[in-house]
Amino acid sequence: MAEELFRKSFTILGGNFDKAGESSSEIKEVLKGLHIDPTIIRRSVIIAFEAEMNVVMYANIATLSFIITDEDICLEMADRGPGIADIEQAMQEGFSTANDKMREMGFGFGMGLPNIKKNSDFLAIESDVGKGTKLSARIRLNQDACS
Amino acid sequence: MKLGEIRDILQCDLLTANNDISIIEVDTVLASDGMSEILAVPHPGALMVTGLTNIQSVRTAIIADVKAIIYVRGRLPNDNTVSLAQEKGIPVMATRLGMFDVCGLLRECGMKGVKY
Repeated sequence: MAEELFRKSFTILGGNFDKAGESSSEIKEVLKGLHIDPTIIRRSVIIAFEAEMNVVMYANIATLSFIITDEDICLEMADRGPGIADIEQAMQEGFSTANDKMREMGFGFGMGLPNIKKNSDFLAIESDVGKGTKLSARIRLNQDACS
Repeated sequence: MKLGEIRDILQCDLLTANNDISIIEVDTVLASDGMSEILAVPHPGALMVTGLTNIQSVRTAIIADVKAIIYVRGRLPNDNTVSLAQEKGIPVMATRLGMFDVCGLLRECGMKGVKY
C-alpha cells in the first residue's frame, strides 16, 4: 500500500477561463519544490491543465485532488456537469463537442483527453450523463521500476 | 539562435521587461494557435509561436516549459497576460508578420520543428 505524503484539493469553476490553469501552475511549483524529475512534472501538469480546461469548458464545478505518495502522483478530477455519453469516442484524437468560444481560447480541438491519456501511467474515467465525470490519473515516480 | 536575433529578423516588439534576449538561446519552434497542440509535443526550452494572445497562451507556456513566446499577426496580449509572463520569466514578443512568414523565416535561419 502506497504511503500518502502530500494532498491538496482545488476547486475549479466551470466557465472561468481567466483562472483556468492556476491550479496546475501551483501543482508544478509544489513538484518543483520536491525536486521531482522534470519530465514527470511536465507530464503531471499537462494532465492537470488539460483536465482543468475540460472542466472550465464543459462542467459547472469540480474538485481537483492532487496527491503524492511514495509511489506515484495522483490527479483526481470529479466534476458536476453534463457527463460524457461515449467515453471511447471522447478519447479519440480530434473528436470534440467544443463551441467557437472554447476554440477561441485555444482549446476544444479534440486533443485534451488524448493528451491526458498519453501522459498517464494509469487512467480511469467514469461518467454519469447529466451528473458528472470522475477522472483519475496516476504517474509513477519511479519510471525504471515499472517499465 | 539568440532571441535578440529573432526579434530583429521578425521585426518584433519585446513586451516584457528585464529579459536579456541577447543571451537567451532557442533552437526549436512549437507553432500553433491550439494550446493542446503545443502540449501534445512539449519540448522544454522551445520557442512558442502563436496567434492566441489570451492568458492561456502563457499558462500553456509555463506548463510546457516553453522558453519564450512570439505572438503573430499583429495581435497583442492584454496586460494581465504580459504580467504573468513577466512574473514567470518568459520573454514575450509580438510581430505583425503572419504565422506562415514567421515559421518560414525561422526555418531559413536553421530553427527546427518538432515531430508529432
